[in-house]
Amino acid sequence: MNTVIFRTIAPILVAIMVVFSVFILLRGHNEPGGGFIGGLIAASAIAIYGIAAGVEEVRKALKFDPIAIAGFGVFIAGLAGLLSYFYQVPFLTGLWAYLDIGPSKVALSTPLLFDIGVYFAVLGTIAAIALALEEDEEGK
Amino acid sequence: MAADKTNIVESSELPVAMIDVATSFADWLIILPTVIALMGAALLIMLRFNKAIQAGLAILIVVGIIILEVRLFLNVMEFGTQSMTMGKWLPPFGISFTVDVISIGFALAGAIVTLAVLIYAQADISSREVKYGFHSLVLLLLAGVTGAFMTGDLFNLYVWFEVMLIASFGLIIMGGRKIQLDGAIKYGFLNFLATTFFLISLGLIYGLFGTLNMADISQVSAQAPIGPLTAIGALLLLAFGMKGAAFPVNAWLPASYHTPHPAVSALFGGLLTKVGAYALLRSLLLIMPSARDFLDPVITFLAIATLILAPLGALAQTNLRRAIGFLLIGGVGSVLVGLGVPTIRGVAGASIYIFHSMLTISALYLMAGLIERIMGTQDTRKMGGLYSASSWLSILFLVLVFAVAGLPPFLGFWPKLLLIEASLSQGDVWLVVALVLNSLLTTIAGTRLWAHIFWRSGPVGENSEQENKKLKPLTLREKYLCVTPTTILVLFIVFFGLKPAMIFDAGRMAAYGLLDNSEYIEVTGLADPTKEKVE
Repeated sequence: MNTVIFRTIAPILVAIMVVFSVFILLRGHNEPGGGFIGGLIAASAIAIYGIAAGVEEVRKALKFDPIAIAGFGVFIAGLAGLLSYFYQVPFLTGLWAYLDIGPSKVALSTPLLFDIGVYFAVLGTIAAIALALEEDEEGK
Repeated sequence: MAADKTNIVESSELPVAMIDVATSFADWLIILPTVIALMGAALLIMLRFNKAIQAGLAILIVVGIIILEVRLFLNVMEFGTQSMTMGKWLPPFGISFTVDVISIGFALAGAIVTLAVLIYAQADISSREVKYGFHSLVLLLLAGVTGAFMTGDLFNLYVWFEVMLIASFGLIIMGGRKIQLDGAIKYGFLNFLATTFFLISLGLIYGLFGTLNMADISQVSAQAPIGPLTAIGALLLLAFGMKGAAFPVNAWLPASYHTPHPAVSALFGGLLTKVGAYALLRSLLLIMPSARDFLDPVITFLAIATLILAPLGALAQTNLRRAIGFLLIGGVGSVLVGLGVPTIRGVAGASIYIFHSMLTISALYLMAGLIERIMGTQDTRKMGGLYSASSWLSILFLVLVFAVAGLPPFLGFWPKLLLIEASLSQGDVWLVVALVLNSLLTTIAGTRLWAHIFWRSGPVGENSEQENKKLKPLTLREKYLCVTPTTILVLFIVFFGLKPAMIFDAGRMAAYGLLDNSEYIEVTGLADPTKEKVE
């Protein structure tokens, strides 16, 4: 697997996949996509980078422990639910805010925040599993 | 684009699908304990390399949860069952959390046990295990347990079961010894099987009723065809019986609960099987009582078998924690008795028994940890002479044995009394016989353990008369961190045993809540106005 072609292409591929995963995450509210599938795509990007450059390199590039990323995801998903306390509505109620930026209107919402949480949770969990498996492979 | 969409919804004349009453802090109390536990677990796993703050933060979070739950308990006792449906959707479309006395009572007991275990664990686990996220997993387990007790939606209950399963896998293999992996496989396989049966029955329930909201099903289950309903009830009985370790699907418990750290054993013994027992009561009494009526002979048989066989298992054991595992299973039999005699007394007895068992079994496992620490072994044949080393521990252990067996004046006596009264009033003599036999056998098994560990001077064999020189006295740190929480749990058992009035009140309210579904349905917001007119 570890050919020159693969090692040269991998960083570009990884960059494209990560950007694409964010795109999938953001379009998710009304169209196919969302945090779960976006997180999976980002995690596969990390797995590819791990195969190409080695797990050590990936851990350095990630800066944070993958499990901590997953924890962060769960935490902000919970936070997204708690925000509705301040509006006297039940837990996890969707709250919306609209920003006018030039001609376009940007919708920000707690479901989006929740979805970002899901994105990080999936990304962190799957990346942790993938890296652990690859580490095993390298050890042999 | 999203903005346009909301406008359309607002302008058209769709039927009301959202709640438009303001939600107060009192309602938020319903969800906060679960969410705080879950977010606390997430926070601790983010900070897992910061070992110094893990324990303090975890204990702080659990104390916070206990305070919120005490407040919620008082609210529920005063104003009755409370409910909140997530995301402002009307039930049964939104996921409801519906909290009655039984939910909050168990959740509170669970949080107290978790606190005791967290303090105890500070002398029990290594710093490596702290780094692997011990505290985070404990909080995740607490989140799963609290969520399972409080949820008013069957699928959501399944989700909390999964959360518990994930956390308990992590905890049971923590330490990574061979025997733990062996225990984890037995534990994991049977629990996976149980959740799969639960999931299958959820599919059948959705097919039959078109809803998974507990209150909603409870409203219509009486009119459902008895055949499919009984099949579902039997599946649930199997699934939750497996979770709760009732006969004949109890073998996984003594095979796995003695393998992890004693603190983890205590957490599992106090929380996990109780969720199974609670789910049995909730599903077969509140949600589908007609299925329970049909299954009545089966439940009675299972109750008698569990009551008698479990303490016999304990009698045959020479491994201390395995013996406690069998005593725990015997308690599940008592809960099944309550399920078999669904009167106010019977169900109150079962509910109080679960509460009692949460405290007592956890304390027993914590105690077992202390004994193993002093003796350096799990094998009761190699133990002896602890009485002269620590008379305080011997008193605590004896109190716990009597509490498990149901001897007065400890907490275990009152639920057994209620159960015997209920069985007598229903004419189920065999249940009474089984309950009394269970108490007798448990007393024999427990006092046998006590005699072997404390009374006998030395281990089995030639030296049994001589003083045991292998004892390793507890360090001061262990005395503070391990003996104190165990003692506090025992004090709870003694206190509630001597002053049972409050427990009786709560138990009676819990039983009313389970046997009469009208309040549960009403607070969830599903009471059908047309139905009342017909009546």
